[in-house]
Amino acid sequence: MATATAFDVTAIRADFPILGTEVHGKPLVYLDNAATTQKPRVVLQALQDYYTSGNANVHRGVHYLSGKATDLFEGARVRISRFIGAADPREVIFTRNATEGINLVAQTWGRAHVGAGDEVLISAMEHHSNIVPWQMLCSEKGATLRVIPMFDSGELDLEAFTRLLSPRTRLVAVSALSNALGTVNPVEAITRAAHEAGAVVLVDGAQAAYHMPVDVGAIGCDFFVLTGHKVYGPTGIGVLYGTAALLDAMPPWQGGGDMISSVTLERSTWNVLPYKFEAGTPHIAGAVGLGAAVDYIGAIGMDRIQAHERELLAYGTEALRQVPGLRLVGTAPRKASILSFVVDGIHPHDLGTIVDREGVAIRTGHHCAQPVMDRLGIPATARASLAMYNTREEIDALVAALHTARKVFG
Amino acid sequence: MSELHDLYQEVILDHNRKPRNFRVIEHASAAQEGYNPLCGDRLTLYVTVDGGVITDAAFQGSGCAISKASASLMTEAIKGRTVEQARALFDQFHQMITSPPGSPLPDMGKLAVLSGVRDFPTRVKCAGLAWHTMKAAVSDQPAGPVTTE
Repeated sequence: MATATAFDVTAIRADFPILGTEVHGKPLVYLDNAATTQKPRVVLQALQDYYTSGNANVHRGVHYLSGKATDLFEGARVRISRFIGAADPREVIFTRNATEGINLVAQTWGRAHVGAGDEVLISAMEHHSNIVPWQMLCSEKGATLRVIPMFDSGELDLEAFTRLLSPRTRLVAVSALSNALGTVNPVEAITRAAHEAGAVVLVDGAQAAYHMPVDVGAIGCDFFVLTGHKVYGPTGIGVLYGTAALLDAMPPWQGGGDMISSVTLERSTWNVLPYKFEAGTPHIAGAVGLGAAVDYIGAIGMDRIQAHERELLAYGTEALRQVPGLRLVGTAPRKASILSFVVDGIHPHDLGTIVDREGVAIRTGHHCAQPVMDRLGIPATARASLAMYNTREEIDALVAALHTARKVFG
Repeated sequence: MSELHDLYQEVILDHNRKPRNFRVIEHASAAQEGYNPLCGDRLTLYVTVDGGVITDAAFQGSGCAISKASASLMTEAIKGRTVEQARALFDQFHQMITSPPGSPLPDMGKLAVLSGVRDFPTRVKCAGLAWHTMKAAVSDQPAGPVTTE
């Protein structure tokens, strides 16, 4: 396993079994990390170990294995709390993914606090998961969804944001990092301004969590969501962070086992945090796998991962700019290693198919951010998103594949 | 690479660059929208039907080379055919692009240039979009926009 002494990308790659795969007879060049990241062996091993020697249901048995499963599950919660800078593990709720975390907040806190005439503020670069739950809430409550505009570069217009804030603003829900453009948003400043206006802040950290250190305490946000599969962990497990004060005051979401402290046929009372929001048997193995993933990231060091990705971003930006007819989409000064682009005369979907034949996996389409495409007046982009295990050679392979595409299209 | 060249044959690239019947038909018998949510391809297909015969067909929209070329070739192919013949052509075309690689191909004339799509399962919807839109356009049942999802 990679150690903390030096950032050795070769050693890191050796930790990810899938990176040795061949696609269409070519070595896999996996550049679709914004969709999902690959899993290191320690995560795969944690899943297998859990089912091989630790499997039982949590929080309910007196037998040995139930205790062990509970310890593993709760141990993962503690490590994930540290990973995002949460002071108290009770503030970390396990969900299926980031989407579920946002829906939980919309349907509990939102239904209790957003009413007719109130406003919810999102940004122009949100993923559908941070748009649709708020549309549903606003339409149910007669509230208004307002949008922080962005410049053509993919930077948010913060002056417009300040003007949009008003006593009617109940919530500001904004992404820390745009999946379609790579823009890093100033969530600390956004949170401060929103709090001054009396609004609650939800930060969508789904993309940020694998690109940069996250400290919910430093951001100061009230809610933060992430998904496990984008931080080198399993699918089906995510996290909602909320401040204990807000979570305590919120009504529960789903009803069922584990989220109650007592049930009679007439009424029930709710369990304490975090269990109040974790009805039913959770994805125990997923949580354990996510715990292993954040340990893995911690051992390498997020600062060093970020430095490596910055270097790749600079190299990739320059290399793509050399491709005739290519235009980068998303050129904000503060960016993470996501390169969205269009090529004259070749639709992104055709690019995706052609580079795939060269073993290069990129995403093409609207990236679940149709309003971003509409705002920029393009139907789709091609997107290469880079993670800790990517290399300059892989960017060269992408560029070579793009030249192949240009040749095919004459 | 050979599969890539089978997919992106010169005829397809030509129809992508210079789509035929790429225009609006005013007062068309039907103007049907089609949408492929996966890649954002959108088109509007116009058909003029006179006495059960498709006398004119045209389209507008944006999409990948496969979807544009397929729409372009389709408008050429259905013009002058009866609605019944166009429906039969839909069935044949659908069979061609979804049949297992290597299996015998129906005789599709010029449309055979799109048979390479069957080696690219993720692109079948691109080739099929215009055709599903056409099927809805000549249907007796009025329908909303067609999507391939």
